[in-house]
Amino acid sequence: MPILAHWWDLRNLGNAASALLDRIEAWGAPAWIPYVVAGVIGIVGCLTFLLLSQLSFIWIERRLVARMQNRIGPNRVGPQGLLQPIADTLKLFLKEAITKRSADRTLFWLVPIVILSPGLVAFAVIPFGDGMVLAKLNVGVLFLIAVASLNTLIVFMAGWSSNNKYALLGAMRTVAMLISYELVQVLALLSAVLFVSSMNVSDVVGWQSHFHTWLLFLLPLAAVAYIFAGAVEINRTPVDIAEAESEIVAGYHIEYSGIKFGFLYTAEYFAGFAVAAVMASLFLGGWTAWGLEEWVPGWLIFVTKVYMVFFIYIWSRGTLPRLRIDQLMAFAWKFLLPLSLLNVLLVGGEVLVWQEGGYEAEVVLPIFAVVNWAVAGALVIVWGSVLGHLRPERRPRRALLTKEVGVIVYGQPEPGV
Amino acid sequence: MAMKTEPFVVNMGPQHPSTHGVFRMRLTLDGERIIDADMVMGYLHRSMEKLAEERTYTQNIPFTDRMDYVSAMTGNLAYVLAVEKLCGIEVPERAQWLRVIMSELQRFASHSMAVGVFANECGVWFTPLMHMFREREKILDLFEMACGARLTTNYMRIGGVSRDVPPEFMPAAYKLVKELPKRMGEYEALLLESEIIVARSRGIGVLLPERAIACSVSGPMLRASGVAWDIRKADPYAAYDKVDFDIAVGTNGDVYDRFLVRIAEMRQSIRILEQALEMMPSGPVHARIPTATVQPGGAPSAPLALRPPVGEAYGRVETPRGELGFYIISDGGPAPFRFHIRSPSFINLTPLPELVRGITVPDAIVILGSIDVVLGEVDR
Repeated sequence: MPILAHWWDLRNLGNAASALLDRIEAWGAPAWIPYVVAGVIGIVGCLTFLLLSQLSFIWIERRLVARMQNRIGPNRVGPQGLLQPIADTLKLFLKEAITKRSADRTLFWLVPIVILSPGLVAFAVIPFGDGMVLAKLNVGVLFLIAVASLNTLIVFMAGWSSNNKYALLGAMRTVAMLISYELVQVLALLSAVLFVSSMNVSDVVGWQSHFHTWLLFLLPLAAVAYIFAGAVEINRTPVDIAEAESEIVAGYHIEYSGIKFGFLYTAEYFAGFAVAAVMASLFLGGWTAWGLEEWVPGWLIFVTKVYMVFFIYIWSRGTLPRLRIDQLMAFAWKFLLPLSLLNVLLVGGEVLVWQEGGYEAEVVLPIFAVVNWAVAGALVIVWGSVLGHLRPERRPRRALLTKEVGVIVYGQPEPGV
Repeated sequence: MAMKTEPFVVNMGPQHPSTHGVFRMRLTLDGERIIDADMVMGYLHRSMEKLAEERTYTQNIPFTDRMDYVSAMTGNLAYVLAVEKLCGIEVPERAQWLRVIMSELQRFASHSMAVGVFANECGVWFTPLMHMFREREKILDLFEMACGARLTTNYMRIGGVSRDVPPEFMPAAYKLVKELPKRMGEYEALLLESEIIVARSRGIGVLLPERAIACSVSGPMLRASGVAWDIRKADPYAAYDKVDFDIAVGTNGDVYDRFLVRIAEMRQSIRILEQALEMMPSGPVHARIPTATVQPGGAPSAPLALRPPVGEAYGRVETPRGELGFYIISDGGPAPFRFHIRSPSFINLTPLPELVRGITVPDAIVILGSIDVVLGEVDR
């Protein structure tokens, strides 16, 4: 029974879908029917993956953060608390979704509906496996950037329509910070695109598979910049400034309750998975892993990578303090942006050398990797010291100890660590 | 075209996650910059000073738990010290040392909470706080052993402590004191050396020593401004003159220094505890106090109440938040004639408006966190 033996193997899903479409066409249906059917199949597939991931990650994140915080986490609903996400969802459905009288009703109601779209449609161009991609868009990376910047508008809609000062503060912060970090994000993705010389996400994955490498090894600076910009985009610590709980309580979603809040919460996970999926596809080899895809279904490799990237965000949430908005902006404009620009310049030069020189990839790529890592390290240290990050007053230190009562030691040199 | 902007007013509190209870700041903001800040307090006012005038001296001890509920032991101690001074009661040696042990355990517990909450306000999502609660729990377990209560301990009595510690207390305390330095190392590595914490707190909310003294600020906030002032050394009470410890002082007076001073004081507390556990003598834990003195015309409803001689006394201790003082006037009756509380949390808030003016909202939250107020004590 070959089908049962490979029940877990979804590699043929794309083939099955195209066979179905061929069948529909053979029946003589008008041309738009297979077009729509293909779209619906793809959307249902992406939505299933996202919703299942979200449900499991509500539990995983809560348990993981609880572990980091020396707690147990949800363990009452179902075995090991596994049904907690379902209980949470039910609770959100049953709660009253309040709309303030002073809110801008149309915008306020529109936000929970449209906020799901950026994270969702990003998955249209991301290949889950060989051929498992909804749209083989030749400007896929550009599409991802365009979709990601939609978030800015929606979050500002939420903050503005809530008619709440904290929400407005959060929304203002979001706009300022997302616009700055979009540049960094674009430059990071640009260097990947330069190397592969294609904007099709499937081609980028194919390139990495063909040369048996990951772009992470070739472009460390771009990968780190992207992962940080991604954290900004999905509001995770150390940059959860838009919804800083200890300052502006919940930022733009302070006025949302019930299932409307549930949609905003879901959208946050969707955006998180989208960022992780872009990271996994563009920098971590997507659904390929040095021949492992011959033995393990590609979608499983891809999903594992997405979850591992997402784990980094959970980890940082459990560990790191938050930056201030001006520090975050300074980090974008003074640190990441110049470095990313230099990185793009370097990558451009490397691509030029490679193409003009006609060297073998086996020779050239390891050299590029070593050069890029060295340059990335040097740039971070040199530029960091130029900006004064290594000055003594930025270093941690200890308090002075004295036995004399009543002396004033203000301004004395301080002991270091 | 010039853009027309106008400042807007944000009520920060009384229901806000970072106001340590029900503190309220009325901030006038220009964008994120604070133009003006009004402090509004009194949401937790329970009229303790007036209530205390209607109750006997012993009945007043539980009130002192409920002022600074994060540090109940030191609140008890300050009050009983004042009454003992008023009556001239000599406290037995063992009770003195128990008071030192309890105060320092309480200081560690309170500072660990202060540091954890401060980290929370810098944006860590509860991790340091939960880790610090692990140690705080163990200290509260010790309190439970000693007096049956964990938070509002009501342990100190006029003339000593309510009862001696049970036999299992000492081994447990030894075990805890051995364990704490390791934990302190973890906290220092996680928080004190964190790049983001340094960036968030250095140079923020600088309070100059002259201004700190002028505002009558006390405790870690005063010491962070570089003034080496600690009641435990300046006016030793209990058995503090017999232990060896250092005053931790900062040199910049900023938020980071307040944080450093608290961390260093936790280390010093461990040092004091090690010595106190070694030097603890045996003996009674309660002095005989003249309760049955019935004065002519005394209220018959409270025949066994303590009636201090006519006079006044001020008892003060170094609580984790600063100098807590009780000023008591006795008219010879069973209840104090006047019962005034000098609460450090309240007085430490004095320089807050000038510290937050001109900076941004996130910094204001961090500064408020670094002052470490307990609203039960601010409002009383």
